Amino acid sequence: MEHSVPLQSETNLESFRYDNKIVMLFIKATVIWGIIGMLVGLTIAFQIYIPALNFGIPWLTFSHIRPLHTNGAIFAFVGNGIFFGVYYSLQRLCKTRMYSDTLGLIHFWGWQLIIVLAVVTIPLGITTGKEYAELEWPIDILITLIWVVFGINMMMTIIKRRERHMYVAIWFYIATFVTVAVLHIINSVELPVSLLKSYPVYAGVQDALVQWWYGHNAVAFFLTTPYLGLMYYFLPKAAERPIYSYKLSIIHFWALIFIYIWAGPHHLLFSSLPDWAQSLGTVFSIMLLAPSWGGMFNGLLTLRGAWDKVREDPVLKFLVVAITAYGMATFEGPMLAIKSVNAISHFTDWTIAHVHVGVLGWNGFLTFGILYWIVPKLFRTNLWSKKLANAHFWIGFLGIIIYVVPLYWAGITQSLMWKQFTSDGILQYANFLETVTQIIPMYIIRSVGGTLYFTGAVLMGVNLYKTMRGGSFLAEEEASAPALAKSYREPSGAIKHRILEAKPIPFLIAALIVILIGSVVEIVPMFLIKTNVSTIAAVKPYTPLELTGRDIYVAEGCYTCHSQLIRPFRSETMRYGDYAKSGEFVYDHPFQWGSKRTGPDLEREGGRFPNSWHYFHLDDPQSMSPGSIMPRFKWLLVDDADLSILPAKINAMITLGVPYPQNYSNVALTDYNTQANTIVADLKNSGIIVQPQKKIIALIAYLQRLGTDIKVTKPAPK
Amino acid sequence: MSVIIVLILVSFGMALSFLGAFIWAVSNNQYEDTFTPSVRILADDKQTVCEIKTENKL
Repeated sequence: MEHSVPLQSETNLESFRYDNKIVMLFIKATVIWGIIGMLVGLTIAFQIYIPALNFGIPWLTFSHIRPLHTNGAIFAFVGNGIFFGVYYSLQRLCKTRMYSDTLGLIHFWGWQLIIVLAVVTIPLGITTGKEYAELEWPIDILITLIWVVFGINMMMTIIKRRERHMYVAIWFYIATFVTVAVLHIINSVELPVSLLKSYPVYAGVQDALVQWWYGHNAVAFFLTTPYLGLMYYFLPKAAERPIYSYKLSIIHFWALIFIYIWAGPHHLLFSSLPDWAQSLGTVFSIMLLAPSWGGMFNGLLTLRGAWDKVREDPVLKFLVVAITAYGMATFEGPMLAIKSVNAISHFTDWTIAHVHVGVLGWNGFLTFGILYWIVPKLFRTNLWSKKLANAHFWIGFLGIIIYVVPLYWAGITQSLMWKQFTSDGILQYANFLETVTQIIPMYIIRSVGGTLYFTGAVLMGVNLYKTMRGGSFLAEEEASAPALAKSYREPSGAIKHRILEAKPIPFLIAALIVILIGSVVEIVPMFLIKTNVSTIAAVKPYTPLELTGRDIYVAEGCYTCHSQLIRPFRSETMRYGDYAKSGEFVYDHPFQWGSKRTGPDLEREGGRFPNSWHYFHLDDPQSMSPGSIMPRFKWLLVDDADLSILPAKINAMITLGVPYPQNYSNVALTDYNTQANTIVADLKNSGIIVQPQKKIIALIAYLQRLGTDIKVTKPAPK
Repeated sequence: MSVIIVLILVSFGMALSFLGAFIWAVSNNQYEDTFTPSVRILADDKQTVCEIKTENKL
């Protein structure tokens, strides 16, 4: 039997062609979106200390384009990077052409359409307000469809493979597909109010848990597992030697995917999430260190005896730094998930530094390395300029260092300032702004690092373009391989063999996803409605005006800089007021706890300042807080709030379990005007003339409501 | 906090499907040989060489 397999193989040699066109499309998209995404990032890096750089344009303001940058870097740059890598390596690993050229093209153009829609909607404030899941419901549906197209194309390619063994990279791709599908669907269950507005069915602490279960696993299964698959394919190829230990790569894979799913709650340490769930997140995060470092060592040790090549070859240089950055980020992650470290790092620039080690170092440099390897190969030529690639390496590498080091410094400095008490037991830096102006020099240095990194990426664009121009593209690559022997026998008998031959697992997984979509959409909202009622009697639903103001708060992206979560530390309760209770957030669709305090926490903002202060502050923050880095939101003074969908919003909230009176949507507008007029009258006393339907009135109403339900004592001024 | 039940069920569902995939992989003899696959992927680009050999044989 053992002899018959190779014999048969030789007679069954089949010729076929690899499709390089689809690979090339995704490569171009990766480079173009990568440069655009970095440019947006660079813009906000300057805006954070020169807020006037929005030129007074709403859709160019920090809070509008920061989500565009994060989505662009993750889903446009890394997303297209995943796809070109998968479409190239999967064909070769399976010794077959992709299952369908048409599905590939639908996948490509569909994904680019999603990105374009994101570029249009996010800056305009059409957002769900959930980080890294900001896209509104019609786009969410489109993402699901395109993702399934990708999945079918990939799974069918795997099924018709000519190589029985599935190389470890393929497993990483499968895990990516399955998990991202599930995460995206569960986190995006939302109730549409209009074409461009929806509310997540989850509220408050539940929404937070789902969001960070998604958010962390997006890091795990979008930025990590697919790129590990790419590492396991392209690193051995570029180094021309097998992976250090194939056995270790298998252990790496299975250990990683089993542990990653449970680590999400580490984003919610010291929040009002139950303590046991926080501890669960911490424990699993620390466990993750083992498989992550197993993978890092496996990558680095692959180069044993080949370090002389690393000195010469820019491709390997990029890959080595990428894998090292992976190791650094996956060491730092578990450390940040320890409560005592998290108490310092959370809400500061430390987090921003951490993710940039990951994305600039791991994802960025791995992508660059692979691009420098693959483009000359596809164009049957040499890289246009190895010198320029080396220059890119050093500029990019320095860029990362100059980006992250100041932010570590800034994060720790600011956090310690937040926590500093005088010998009298009062906050030493009671004015939040002092802790901001202290770190502005770090922001300036960071933007220099970002500029360097961006410059490097542009040099790469030039280099790759010139390489393409100098070569001739191999669109259809001839290949041949023996057909998969049908007579392959399982040692354990014929019945089992037949079942296995039918490959039930991919179908099972596909079926699982279909079932999940249905059941999640049906069951989850039903299941949650009962719990969407406050257990704290004093906590009441938002008035129509406050709800409208809240939607403006979300649309303006206030959550990108302001948290709404007071942690149970003396330094925080003294600065902001009583710590957060889970019962306070039950009407918050979506939750707005935030993840970064570029400005102060707003959970108990209500009643802290008069209405007129907010009016002047939103018009020009520097007029109230000299030195503030908050941009002006002066369009709020002139723009009208959209009241046409107010009844629909109230009805949606009722559907989600918010206890408004019956038929309240009919009288909501009357209540809206009544409350708006009281604020207008109050502002008039301060000499401000403004009409009640302006956005600013609703936003002030919301800000004045924040945290007042259970506010007991007035905290010290910030 | 009832949503945690949903998440735990979904996460367990995924973990179980991964476990199923793992059992499939092991029983399909995917991991019988933990060395050759690492070397084999290096060779597949030299397909042209194989083709020439085949032609010579013919």
